[in-house]
Amino acid sequence: MHLHKFEKIWLVCGIGSLVVFLFIVGYGAFWQGTHPQSHGVTIDPYNIESNEAFKPENLGLTKVDDDKYIVNIAASAFNYDLGKDEEGNAVKTIRIPKGSTVLFQAATKDVVHGFHVAGTNVNMMVEPGYVSSLETVMDNAGTYTIVCNEYCGVGHHMMYATVEVYE
Amino acid sequence: MELAKKDHEQPSVQSLAISKPESRLYMSFISVAFISLLIGGLMGLLQVFIRSGKFTLPAGIDYYQILTVHGVILGLVLTTYFIIGFHFSLMGKTVGISIKQRKTAWVAFWIMVIGTIMTAITILFGEASVLYTFYAPLRAHPAFYIGLALVIIGSWIAGFVNWRQLALWKKAHPDEKSPLLAFMVTVNTVMWFIASLGVAVAVLVQFIPWSLGYAETINVLISRTLFWYFGHPLVYFWLLPAYMAWYAIIPKIIGGKIFSDSLARLSFVLFLFFSIPVGFHHQLTEPGIDPTWKFIQVVLTFMVVIPSLMTAFSMFATFEITGRRKGAKGLFGWFKKLPWKDVRFLAPFIGMLAFIPGGAGGIINASHQMNALIHNTIWVTGHFHLTVATTVMLTFFGISYWLIPYLRGRKLTPNINRLGIIQAIIWTVGMTIMSGAMHIEGLLGAPRRSSYSEYGGGEQVSEWIGYQMAQAIGGTILFIGIVLMVYIFIKLTFFAPKGEEEFPIAEEEVDAQPTPAFFENWKLWIGITVALILAAYTIPFIEIIQTSPPGSVPFDFPIGR
Repeated sequence: MHLHKFEKIWLVCGIGSLVVFLFIVGYGAFWQGTHPQSHGVTIDPYNIESNEAFKPENLGLTKVDDDKYIVNIAASAFNYDLGKDEEGNAVKTIRIPKGSTVLFQAATKDVVHGFHVAGTNVNMMVEPGYVSSLETVMDNAGTYTIVCNEYCGVGHHMMYATVEVYE
Repeated sequence: MELAKKDHEQPSVQSLAISKPESRLYMSFISVAFISLLIGGLMGLLQVFIRSGKFTLPAGIDYYQILTVHGVILGLVLTTYFIIGFHFSLMGKTVGISIKQRKTAWVAFWIMVIGTIMTAITILFGEASVLYTFYAPLRAHPAFYIGLALVIIGSWIAGFVNWRQLALWKKAHPDEKSPLLAFMVTVNTVMWFIASLGVAVAVLVQFIPWSLGYAETINVLISRTLFWYFGHPLVYFWLLPAYMAWYAIIPKIIGGKIFSDSLARLSFVLFLFFSIPVGFHHQLTEPGIDPTWKFIQVVLTFMVVIPSLMTAFSMFATFEITGRRKGAKGLFGWFKKLPWKDVRFLAPFIGMLAFIPGGAGGIINASHQMNALIHNTIWVTGHFHLTVATTVMLTFFGISYWLIPYLRGRKLTPNINRLGIIQAIIWTVGMTIMSGAMHIEGLLGAPRRSSYSEYGGGEQVSEWIGYQMAQAIGGTILFIGIVLMVYIFIKLTFFAPKGEEEFPIAEEEVDAQPTPAFFENWKLWIGITVALILAAYTIPFIEIIQTSPPGSVPFDFPIGR
């Protein structure tokens, strides 16, 4: 099959950059551990409380060490359950000091939901039967809205919470 | 000797007459597409209005019901009908259609229409606000799934007719290469068939029994995996007809020749290989799929960069060669020789330009880690409004300007041509504003597929709403473009003056290199395609089944049923 000389140059350069690009993506994923979240951890979708992390008392923010936190979230239409505060009111805002390492763990009680700390790469699908989890370092101070970004029904756009990263 | 001479004089491009009954068939498909454009466009207009925060829907109509109509009618109905009508026109023109095949094609048309009406009624009654991706365990009324299955089955029948058309032609022309456009249509229908098997299995085996109550639960991850096995080739099924026009029709319109017949075929074959074993790049942020397999499918996804580079080179090589033949001087003089005032060229050309940022955005979307920043944000909506709603749609409009008058025995008048140019410009302006605003808002984290919400008044959200206002402005301009296009469609179909319009099919250069015979080896192409699919999907699919959690019962409440 005949290829024009210029086209050969064009394709060699194009395919060459593609190879470099894919190598960088692969290097990041396999050597630096930046794979997108997928741990294949399953959970009973009819009883997520059977998993220690999603018992009502363990929901929301837990400090596990200096600068280390876990946030457990039970998602359901149309709410993120982040546990209750001392007065027994539902927690809607989580406050984390800047620079902390945070492990987000989420599971759904009903349909598929999204979990996106808007403007960051903490972005997970939350599917029935699986635990979604992602560990990150909250490096930038600010107020972030957590939005459900997978359609889950008529109240989908009312499903949110807030994360405050303070100095 | 005489016979040989006669053969030599045959034109290198098959150009058969299209009879009235054939035209009626092709026009029926295309007409459904334009009716869909108007309805789907109106839904889009309502969406951008609601998302601006200044309007609410009357009579308790739900935003997500309108969103479902918009997605189903534009993403599935408009595209499939236009493409099948275009496929049939190309096959009729290059290899011919028998009366029996035409009758079978009508069966395909009516099965699709019945399916479309069933689906439409279910959505309009609010029984299927599950969006066009119908992710389990949201449950729609069974009629929604059955209607969709009928649309797919109808489209298969249309594809089988296309294959039969080519097979019969090859029998009658044993030692000739198949016409380029017939080859391309066959690649696209083969890809469509293999890909839609996935969603057909999901709908027939999983969704229909489960929605009817015969199966108690559904395996959510398998249904999603089967959907995206289909969902990505679906977008190439939209794109390849545009490529057909770029490779084999645009050169004729600008007064040039096909750059390379074999290169065009090779790029289509590569699209067949690398369109299907790539669905995981839509599922990168899902918890149940092994990340190594995600990465393998990411690599396979990026292989389509190669035919895309080939296409870009071919297009601009054709433009330059043609311009120089017309006497262009200097490095870029050929650019001025292009027929800028011919809408049959201008509209698809803008589409090609839109594919540059569109493709670049696609690279970001499929990039394993980078995907997490934009997944399910409105960036993605901005992305496919550049690719399918600009690149593909403007090319389809460009095709309509000659195909409809050709089929209806009318003329594209200078007046309609001018309206078409205005339409293309309106579309470009509207889409630049709307898609641009969507891209930026998505980078800031705003979700797609969401009704207007202030999310409790967060700082970030106040920033988003300004961009939603811009989308309302862009969307309104686009709707004006849609109304104008539908007006042009009606004019070309019923009121343009009688006459003869050209069916432009480009020829090869007189001294073109012969196309290698292996391109006709369909068993090889399909064999490689299936092997790639099995390589990419077998192990992760078995893993998904083996580690499956309990299935999900149907949920009617969240969608308001």
